[in-house]
Amino acid sequence: MNSNGKTVVIGVIGADVHAVGNKIIEHVLTSEGFNVVNVGVMSSQEDFINAAIETNADAILVSSLYGHAELDCQGFREKCNEAGLTNILLYIGGNIVVGKQDFAEVEERFKKMGFNRVYAPGVRIEEGIKDLKKDLGLV
Amino acid sequence: MIDAYLLIDFGSTYTKLTLVDVVNEAIIATAKAITTVETNIMDGFNKAYENLCAKFDTKEVRIIKKLACSSAAGGLKMITIGLVPELTVEASKRAALGAGARVLKTYSFELTNAEIQEILNAKVDIILLSGGTDGGNSKTILHNARKIAEHIKHIPIIVAGNKCCYDEIKEIFDEASVNYVFTENVMPRLNVLNVVPVREKIREIFMKNIIKSKGMDEANNYIDGILMPTPAAVLKAGEILSQGTSKQNGIGDLIIVDIGGATTDVHSLADGHPTKAGINLKGLQEPFAKRTVEGDLGMRYSALALYEASGEKLIKEYIDVPDIETRCAYLHDHIDYVPQDDTDVAFDEALAKVATRLALNRHAGYLEIAYTPLGDIFNQYGKDLLETKYLIGTGGVIVHSKHPEAILKEGLYSPSEPTILKPKDPIIKIDYEYILSAMGLLAFDLPDCALNIMKRYIVEI
Repeated sequence: MNSNGKTVVIGVIGADVHAVGNKIIEHVLTSEGFNVVNVGVMSSQEDFINAAIETNADAILVSSLYGHAELDCQGFREKCNEAGLTNILLYIGGNIVVGKQDFAEVEERFKKMGFNRVYAPGVRIEEGIKDLKKDLGLV
Repeated sequence: MIDAYLLIDFGSTYTKLTLVDVVNEAIIATAKAITTVETNIMDGFNKAYENLCAKFDTKEVRIIKKLACSSAAGGLKMITIGLVPELTVEASKRAALGAGARVLKTYSFELTNAEIQEILNAKVDIILLSGGTDGGNSKTILHNARKIAEHIKHIPIIVAGNKCCYDEIKEIFDEASVNYVFTENVMPRLNVLNVVPVREKIREIFMKNIIKSKGMDEANNYIDGILMPTPAAVLKAGEILSQGTSKQNGIGDLIIVDIGGATTDVHSLADGHPTKAGINLKGLQEPFAKRTVEGDLGMRYSALALYEASGEKLIKEYIDVPDIETRCAYLHDHIDYVPQDDTDVAFDEALAKVATRLALNRHAGYLEIAYTPLGDIFNQYGKDLLETKYLIGTGGVIVHSKHPEAILKEGLYSPSEPTILKPKDPIIKIDYEYILSAMGLLAFDLPDCALNIMKRYIVEI
């Protein structure tokens, strides 16, 4: 697949060591032509933001599999704005909360925090890529 | 007749000569004299040469080549510019340190006029301009190139940033007649470090331009080449000793501790990958040959800074005298002071122990423990040096000490600071003849000869 000219930063936020999904996401995004910058597991907000600045990224895709994303992501959008990444796309997906919660409410909470797209558990990366291409004007 | 190489180190205080028999791979003689950069660099050299000639039969030895390194006249002064402090700023700093430079300051993000003025006032020898991965951020490096083009014409610039900006930077610099060269990006991809091309460019500029500006022209005419800054020669020696040559193996991973009057340098030649399972490596990649410089840890000029950095309590762990601060201040003001009695000697050794301990703490990597729902997880930042095979000491205080191993042992892993990844049980060696920088020079022409001499003369205690 030829490069589509877009750079995305991916990684797993917080004290979360789930590495397999992270590798799958990297593989699929790369095969779709994205320039993937993977900050890996156990990454802080600063790790994502620093990587996005140096690589001039178009989007940040945050994974969280251990239920603490809401704590880990507080202030993420504000920090992006502070770092000059004003219009960068922010996506999040995985098992982002614990317990049986109505996903519509969860989505709304994360959107209030500044995420452009929020994915429920079990959604495939291909779905996210469709949205990403749309949001980046590739389709 | 013996064929010999004369290796010269124009140091900040002493000009040191090492005469090497390159056929029998032996040191013929060493000598030193005070460096005379204010008057004529050759005065000090001639004095040292006189001292040297007294130590061997001049009729029996033919000097076939003279090579030099230099840290005289303040050494090679650089500033580095990057984008994000933890990424390209750190990468460019590591590249400059590995080339033997004194990094006076680093700059991040877009330069301001005040910062440009500061750079001009600092009278640096080379500026390293980086920023952005290849294909990454271009706005900042272009902004900084324009600022430089507007204000800084005479200082050589090395550009080692986002390669996609090079055409545009070329136009900007050519139009303003800036003195610049391009080389490969110091961080081509996120967290990937690429220091060797920058190091080579720094050395080229050092050889071409810096020698003249340091009043060392005359020395350059007499000898065959001032090849590099002294710390780069020490690092080169370490590389050969550790890695070997195309013909024979080196001795493996090692650390060199060099305690000087103004700074304490630590060089590690090791990958520094985790030595235990299940550790998550974080942050910018580490160079195999890594040099750190502690400007606040030194035996004389920096004795007072050492006092401030360590605190009286820490020095007291090693020596119990009432006037610690006064002594440090005195040493700071008398940089050529030679210990006069046993207390002076013990005090110097105490300072050396503190310098070793703190310098290794800063050089070695460390573990950070994260308490996660899956149990304790360890993140490693920097190099894991726990299993490093050799710890080598050099510098006046170690070479002249009666107990050099006691000084170096302060740089070992300590159960009281279990997260700092310092060597646990290395073999301790001492560079008694003070030959490391000379061997780094010799290694350029005769790497096997340099390796054999180091194996022979840098000995276990």
